[in-house]
Amino acid sequence: MTAITRAEVAHLATLARLDLTETELDHYAQQLDVILQSVARVSEIATADIPATSHPLPLENVFRDDIARPCLDRAEVLAAAPAHEDDRFRVPRILDEEV
Amino acid sequence: MPITGSDLTRQTAAVLAEAIRTGEASAVEVTQAHLDRISSVDDRVHAFLYVDAEAAIDSARSVDAKRSAGEVLGPLAGVPLALKDVLTMRGVPTTCGSRMLENWRPPYDSSVVERLRAADIVILGKTNMDEFAMGSSTEHSAYGPSHNPWDLDRIPGGSGGGSAAALAAFEAPLAIGTDTGGSIRQPAAVTGTVGVKPTYGGVPRYGLVALASSLDQAGPCARTVMDTALLHSIIAGYDPRDSTSINAPVPNVVAAAAKADVRGMRIGIVAELNGEGYQAGVAQRFRESLAILEHLGAEIVEVGCPSFEYALGAYYLILPSEASSNLARFDGMRYGLRVGDDGSHSVEQVMSLTREAGFGAEVKRRIMLGTYALSSGYYDAYYGSAQKVRTLIMRDFASAFESVDVLVSPTAPTTAFKIGEKVDDPLAMYLNDIATIPVNLAGNAAMSLPVGLAPEDGLPVGFQIMAPPMADDRLYLVGAALESALYDQWGHLLIEEAPAL
Amino acid sequence: MSTAMPETIPYDEALNLFEPVFGLEVHVEMGTNSKMFCGCPTAFGGEPNTQVCPVCLGLPGSMPVVNRTAVESTIRIGLALNCTIAEWCRFARKNYFYPDMPKDYQISQYDEPLCSNGYLDVTVATAEGPKVVRVEIERVHMEEDTGKLTHTGGATGRIHGADYSLVDYNRAGIPLIEIVTKPVAGAGHLVADVAKAYVAELRDLMRALGVSDVRMEEGSLRCDVNLSLNKPGSPMGTRSETKNVNSLRSVERAVRSEVERQSALLTAGGRVVQETRHFHEDIGRSTSGRSKEQAEDYRYFPEPDLVPIAPSAVWIDELRSTLPELPSAKRSRLEAEWGITPFELATVVNAGALDLVEETIEAGVESAAARKWWTGELLRSANDQGIELADLPVTPAHIARVEALVADGSLNDKLARQVFEGVIAGEGDVDEVIASRGLAVVSDDTALLAAIDEALVAQPDVAEKIRSGKVQAAGAIVGAVMKSTRGQADAAKVRALLLERLGVTDA
Ligand SMILES: [Mg+2]
Ligand SMILES: [Zn+2]
Repeated sequence: MTAITRAEVAHLATLARLDLTETELDHYAQQLDVILQSVARVSEIATADIPATSHPLPLENVFRDDIARPCLDRAEVLAAAPAHEDDRFRVPRILDEEV
Repeated sequence: MPITGSDLTRQTAAVLAEAIRTGEASAVEVTQAHLDRISSVDDRVHAFLYVDAEAAIDSARSVDAKRSAGEVLGPLAGVPLALKDVLTMRGVPTTCGSRMLENWRPPYDSSVVERLRAADIVILGKTNMDEFAMGSSTEHSAYGPSHNPWDLDRIPGGSGGGSAAALAAFEAPLAIGTDTGGSIRQPAAVTGTVGVKPTYGGVPRYGLVALASSLDQAGPCARTVMDTALLHSIIAGYDPRDSTSINAPVPNVVAAAAKADVRGMRIGIVAELNGEGYQAGVAQRFRESLAILEHLGAEIVEVGCPSFEYALGAYYLILPSEASSNLARFDGMRYGLRVGDDGSHSVEQVMSLTREAGFGAEVKRRIMLGTYALSSGYYDAYYGSAQKVRTLIMRDFASAFESVDVLVSPTAPTTAFKIGEKVDDPLAMYLNDIATIPVNLAGNAAMSLPVGLAPEDGLPVGFQIMAPPMADDRLYLVGAALESALYDQWGHLLIEEAPAL
Repeated sequence: MSTAMPETIPYDEALNLFEPVFGLEVHVEMGTNSKMFCGCPTAFGGEPNTQVCPVCLGLPGSMPVVNRTAVESTIRIGLALNCTIAEWCRFARKNYFYPDMPKDYQISQYDEPLCSNGYLDVTVATAEGPKVVRVEIERVHMEEDTGKLTHTGGATGRIHGADYSLVDYNRAGIPLIEIVTKPVAGAGHLVADVAKAYVAELRDLMRALGVSDVRMEEGSLRCDVNLSLNKPGSPMGTRSETKNVNSLRSVERAVRSEVERQSALLTAGGRVVQETRHFHEDIGRSTSGRSKEQAEDYRYFPEPDLVPIAPSAVWIDELRSTLPELPSAKRSRLEAEWGITPFELATVVNAGALDLVEETIEAGVESAAARKWWTGELLRSANDQGIELADLPVTPAHIARVEALVADGSLNDKLARQVFEGVIAGEGDVDEVIASRGLAVVSDDTALLAAIDEALVAQPDVAEKIRSGKVQAAGAIVGAVMKSTRGQADAAKVRALLLERLGVTDA
């Protein structure tokens, strides 16, 4: 496995929406590298013929009936919001791709 | 198995429930005694993040009222309980040990809380934990560590250290924990208490703030095997709000705990979890326990689970991957902390600033790790391989359970370590879970119960029992038999040796 | 400095130079009672944030449970699109941060779609007659919708320049079905028509299956249009992805404008950038967005909060047996039954009048009359009001009643129109409108003869012409009588009475 670089850590932080400090970037670059080298051992026995397991129990086809149920009280929901206006959640401006 | 003395806080849950049913003690008295105990010791133990004395007394009062009205009370009605702060409870702060949710009061009850309420159990408050259940010491709580009642300079385990410490400090006879890689069992081991991780899907996860969805499982914690069984039977069972919940009858764990019989059972020692890396006193008490079980009529054999040595690696890929996604929702938009919303920052920046400020070091570390393991180009090598290892571990368990009824190992490699000792060494911290992790990967049930103090440090040692999925009752058969034999040997429960504080 | 090149090349000219390849990703909101993973209602237009619960708000601890009807609808769509239904598949999480997405991941399907490898045949009109084009379907899968953002402040009301945004999560978690085509090549000059016809066909299919009423004006069908051009004989070109294409007309316009833009770029020696473009309904054009080089890494992985779906053969067969007659089969049948051409049927289909015409015919009205009303007078009225035909207060029963009255001479065509005008204006049913407006045909011979005499007196020269055998001059008198009776007379009857009065026989 290739070692993880500081630039990769910075990219990961962007993907994960973490505004890491320079110190953290250094710190995590070093720590993640150590951890990854340790956990990467899994590939030693994970051969192509072994199926992957995503769920610990073999459950299938779990559904609910299409019935509408009561909703939460809006006042209670909005009371927990950092900001709200006009019965909606207020969020900072979005820098989007639209021009 | 009564605990000596008349102090209400030193009784088992079963005894307290009986006293409340017969009117020997009122639920209010019982609750008040525990609230008083919390007042007198929790500044040192720091098991609780939140105590709602008023609400607790109110629910105790309603239990007393039901009794007065001639209603039949449930098996744990009126008994106080400490709830891990990772389960939602309507209107009550649910922080998950994180600044991110410092003032969040959920608008809904978790299924576990619903069931506790329905059983008339008195919820005292919310217990401390490693932030979002990431850790093995509660040192990663944003609100400061909990302390081990056996030695306040030591960790009470994690992530459910608060729940375990509350039991060991006699602040509550019952507690709820959650176990993703050992967070019920390892705290139980280092605090001399009992904890069970039920079969995955055995206890509903609805309202359990997810760390790693395919590994998380809530479970019962107490000071005796029977109390644990009584609580287990209340919180377990199918819930249509959890798609991963098992729609089948819950194994009769209470009957198993009462039976306490290992005669004719085959008990397998996992070779890979018995050898190097275990503290001498831990290994010694483990061996002694095996001798007791053999004496009680069980056959002890050794079985190999060769893939277990890869379990830690698989776990530290699967858990961070799922966690990185589960914790994405903490973005400061709908609830919880928001940082940097001063009009100059965009929503992307506010999300990043919020997450940077709201999450602690371990959470960020695992989010980064998981983000990496899932990212394109690395998925197959990391996440994909980990999922294959998971298959191999399940196969190891399956083949072991063809020849034995349960598997056993020490719960944790060491007794409680000093606060601060491993906090900056993630790999050393991760090793605490080496013996508990395989069970989570495979979805099995497992228990930790106390089997003595390590001679070298006088701290509790935990013994782990592992059963196949939906054979949770076997844990109680074996655990209760071992507990009973040790009780006979010592003349009391181990927990009674805990310092008075 | 290079000489200025044109920004666009006209559509047909462009397609003489290049071969287009298009692909469509269509998202349709399903018409279930409850959301994809929770029991919140899906009704459109509710008060903001009143149709939310812990699950669709993504509150910590909440967990999704799959709506069975959504799965069944998806399988039925898959069957109708001739797809293979997966024997075993899972949901996946698509991870990216956006404030309209409560969990900051979308539960979708990734490499294991429920339905795959199907096709849909669409018919487009050409100068040489109707042409059938097969559009191959890559996959059909389920996912959840996001919340709705409103941008506040700034000048335009768009994201760009807004001071902040407001989020309503009522729409979050509504079941979406995503239907993705394989690249469609070879459409040539018909590319825009084929794309549009495909979406129209899908819409009709959804409606026929009853899985969605596809209200485009409510945004319940949304398309992403992929398009690339290549020189004949060359490999497929670089494609752009135009998002936000939310009406049939826009599908056509998005394809056209992209053909015109890309061809100009390529002709000028430039290259097409693989990018996301945003379509603006108001100007009928797209603008450039984020280029794919900076695309998100969605970090898909199997959704651990849900278990796999493994539809049994029995279940699939059951669902297959619920499939209604599909629109294309229905069209063939109706063409035969009604004795009309594909073009005539297309007029009915395009008017959204197929079911209405069918019901009207079932109510006893002649095919021609049923079609005439729905695709003529009534369609104009609906268009004027900007509503669907089905939303007019006129019913097939009304038309049957009017036609019966026309047949027995109580109404004429002009009066019938006035009757519908009244029904549409909310004046009541057919008989009520006739009564209140006094619209009955004047059938009293005495009254008509009086009006005829009056007209003959007023136009003596015309009267004379008719008497002398110029029967064709009768029209002027009939017209005058119709006018004096405010149209409430049966013109044929007036003519007969007139000729009788003058003793002239109709040669
Ligand atoms: Mg999609
Ligand atoms: Zn909902």
